[in-house]
Amino acid sequence: MKLLHRFNGGIHPPQHKTESTRLPILSAPIPEKLVIPLHQHIGTSAKPLVAAGDAVLKGQMIGKAEGYVSSSVHAPTSGKITAIGYEPAPHPSGLRDLCITLEPDGLDAWIERHPLDYLNMDPSSLRNRLRDAGVVGLGGAVFPSFIKLNPGSGKKIKTLVLNGAECEPYITCDDMLMRERADEIIAGAKIMRFMLHAEEVLIGIEDNKPEAIAAMRAALKEAPFEVIPVPTIYPGGGAKQLIRVLTGIEVPAGERSTDLGVQCFNVATALSVYRAIAHGEPVLSRIVTITGAVNKPRNYEALIGTPIDVLIRLAAPVKDSDGAIMGGPMMGFELPSTCVPLVKATNCIIVKSATLFPPAPQPMPCIRCGKCAESCPADLQPQELYWFSKAGNFGKAQEYALFDCIECGCCSYVCPSHIPLVQFYRYAKSEIWAQEREKKASDLARIRHELRVDRMEREKREKAERLAQKSAQARTQMNSEEET
Amino acid sequence: MSSPHLTQTNSVSEIMLKVLLALVPAIAANVWFFGPAVLVTLSLASVTALVLETVMLKLRGRPVVPFLMDGSALLTAWLLALSIPPMGPWWLIVTGTAFAIVIAKHLYGGLGSNPFNPAMVGYAVLIISFPVQMTQWLAPASIALSHIDFAAQLDYMFFHVLPQGMQLDALTSATPLDTLKTQLHLDKPISAILSLPIYGEVGGKGGEWVAGAYLAGGLYLLQQRIISWHVPAAFIAAICLTAGAFHLFDPAHHASPWLHLAAGATMIGAFFILTDPVTGPTTPKGKLIFAFGAGFLTYLIRVYGSYPDGAAFAVLLMNICVPLIDAYTQPPVFGKKK
Amino acid sequence: MIDAILVMSGLALFLGGVLGYASIRFHVQGNVLVEKIDAILPQTQCAQCGFPGCRPYAEAIADGRAQINQCPPGGDANIRKLADLLGVEFKPLNAKHGAPKPKSVAFIDENTCIGCTLCIQACPVDAISGAPKQMHTIIAQECTGCGLCVAPCPVDCIGMIPVPESISTWKWKQPDYLMGVA
Ligand code: SF4
Ligand code: SF4
Repeated sequence: MKLLHRFNGGIHPPQHKTESTRLPILSAPIPEKLVIPLHQHIGTSAKPLVAAGDAVLKGQMIGKAEGYVSSSVHAPTSGKITAIGYEPAPHPSGLRDLCITLEPDGLDAWIERHPLDYLNMDPSSLRNRLRDAGVVGLGGAVFPSFIKLNPGSGKKIKTLVLNGAECEPYITCDDMLMRERADEIIAGAKIMRFMLHAEEVLIGIEDNKPEAIAAMRAALKEAPFEVIPVPTIYPGGGAKQLIRVLTGIEVPAGERSTDLGVQCFNVATALSVYRAIAHGEPVLSRIVTITGAVNKPRNYEALIGTPIDVLIRLAAPVKDSDGAIMGGPMMGFELPSTCVPLVKATNCIIVKSATLFPPAPQPMPCIRCGKCAESCPADLQPQELYWFSKAGNFGKAQEYALFDCIECGCCSYVCPSHIPLVQFYRYAKSEIWAQEREKKASDLARIRHELRVDRMEREKREKAERLAQKSAQARTQMNSEEET
Repeated sequence: MSSPHLTQTNSVSEIMLKVLLALVPAIAANVWFFGPAVLVTLSLASVTALVLETVMLKLRGRPVVPFLMDGSALLTAWLLALSIPPMGPWWLIVTGTAFAIVIAKHLYGGLGSNPFNPAMVGYAVLIISFPVQMTQWLAPASIALSHIDFAAQLDYMFFHVLPQGMQLDALTSATPLDTLKTQLHLDKPISAILSLPIYGEVGGKGGEWVAGAYLAGGLYLLQQRIISWHVPAAFIAAICLTAGAFHLFDPAHHASPWLHLAAGATMIGAFFILTDPVTGPTTPKGKLIFAFGAGFLTYLIRVYGSYPDGAAFAVLLMNICVPLIDAYTQPPVFGKKK
Repeated sequence: MIDAILVMSGLALFLGGVLGYASIRFHVQGNVLVEKIDAILPQTQCAQCGFPGCRPYAEAIADGRAQINQCPPGGDANIRKLADLLGVEFKPLNAKHGAPKPKSVAFIDENTCIGCTLCIQACPVDAISGAPKQMHTIIAQECTGCGLCVAPCPVDCIGMIPVPESISTWKWKQPDYLMGVA
């Protein structure tokens, strides 16, 4: 039995998980139209490789990773590209983003696949494969996985952590995946361990998922792999929190866990690593929990780009349903419209209704009760951050470690005054980023302006010199003419 | 609005309600030992507080109902009423409450913004302005020289008339702490003083039971996780340590820590006044420093000051230091601990 | 009497000396202040403030020749920062110099452009590329939106287009609520 560590704070919101775990994962049918955003990961947007009218095969790359921090995008099924343009994206802003629209032909015809024998390959070509297969963190952060699988020269990874904690209420996609496809997850973990040369692999699963724990244990026979049930507490599935619980290591904000000898991946990511390497299949679909105010909550395996309203219809929403949340109730965001595509980050869709999500109680003044600080897993002082963020005193907010906030929302959840605390931090963070962008732009403008002023002065000087020279020449000429 | 889309139902009103509930045993003990006049004081203070809170909210353009429902005005009123001598005249109660609500709370920005504990501001103003009335405590029923019924008590509170031939002195006595101080000034040894009828087993007669009731209420609040252990523990520890040190050093002139714990405002201070979140620090370490400082000051003011008890002044003094304490006791954030 | 006068004047001399030394020793270099002001100004270089660019305006503020409220692109937020830096009262933007506008970039209608290079000469940050008799283009990332190129164009082919919000520049709004009001 491994000795577990703990982190401060955390909360125990109602789980609402059993609703969607009664039925096995079901493959959602191929929809009439797929809209595939080119920017489904952290980093630069992928560059489109196809044009409207092109016929594509299932698994064909249609967007290529651009720059280092980027990832590729693929056709989830065979069909015809009908448009490349700006479509509504699943983003809290409701703004549009560059997407490729694909009309499936119903054949679902694969492009040629190239399985790799990873044991006889060097990690760098494996990483290229993962990048070209569009493998990103499927826990919701969608950071390109190949980068995290590059420990850097001279760095030693002791522990590889697989995150099957799934701490947020309602979400069950990882739970069901572990129950049904434990073998493939373990196979993926083996590839990851090989790439990182990790000594041990710890698979953390919250103890409210006994079936998943049993399935994973059954799938795994040899050391140094170990399934470790961790206490159920939100946000125990946050990467930093899980690393802390399993290894005792605290990864500070702004530092990479690699530097401390740990790396953490979601279980679904491990599975897509396996599919990409051992079967040559890029990420074309994902498991998504459709739950909340629906009559048939369950997990679906849906193609990337499937319209979310199509998925919601499959689950038969109840009469008074109204809108949907993408992600969990603690960190997810309300979709401005459900006519947006499913992306790699979509782990859960919670259909809302006034009974499930009554409007938030009205905020009252902060009474400094400190409940928020008690619940903060990042050990911050949310009441102070709130004060500074609200007053627009962003410098002070940063001094109080605003950017260490993981936006878990525990503080807002417990606040007896119902103050939208984390909402204020999001606002403050995006203001600070905007200010930094502006600063960069104005610095650039200043430099260009100074260069221009210099250039103009130089030109003026040179002109004057040329003029002076000319007139001097003319004078000497005149003089010599006079002399003659 | 963005996530979280869930909140727990716990509210400020609920917290305040539980604190009020925790005061009930102490109120009952007060009634038992000092008669029902306490209830009149409480009601009068409550009505005054609610009326003035409404007026102030209106004047400040704030919504009245939600802020009245938060219960903070009521709590201030109760805490103040419990610190005023039972059977104090009506104007004393009204003046104190008015000061607490209007000046100490609303003029500083209302709920959440006031730097000083309103009830203690009210108390401090009263004891400075009306020292005589504020020190005439009703003697516990069992030792009073004479006794008047409830109707007569009301007569006194509202019309300042006593039954024929009755002297106020016959009904009241100085508090145990006050007695201790005056008697020590007369060079009486501690042992002789403590055998006066006003003293009970550990503290004042009756008063020690009230203190016990505050303790019980405080334990309930701890169990409900409404207050954290830091404040009461540090406050009680500070009083014990200081009183213990003086007592060891010079037992003839310094009462034992037990008396200091059981008498005066120690228990109500530890569990109900210093634990006011608005006017206290928020960091755990800060809470310890704050309460320890308050305990130390309470003892010093109690023993060397000219007022019968020091808790109110100690609390107000420590309130001033709260921003400083908070700024210097920020706990290290996740991943940045040594 | 004499003693007192001596002591007082001695003290005055000494303190004066200290102050004088301090003002030399800790003198805020004019340039440093100008740098600091310039760092706050938005660098649009639009000259709406009445000076030929942000730096000249910064110099003018440092010398006390200009008010802090003459920069429309910076808006009230920048005036507040300047007031903080200089330790003076905040004043609202002086409307004489214009009103703050949403950030825009210039756009050249390429069909109309005759390649006269007048706009290139007007652009304070060299954000227009092109050669004589050839069509000109705005380098959008480098355009500060000052609008100085609009007027010189003889065929009116330059327009200012507000920069639309995109997913990468989108900001969370400040939560908006009234305490206790349902
Ligand atoms: S939980 Fe809410 S009321 Fe309590 S200190 Fe934090 S912000 Fe203030
Ligand atoms: S949202 Fe940020 S401040 Fe609030 S509890 Fe989570 S980490 Fe702490």
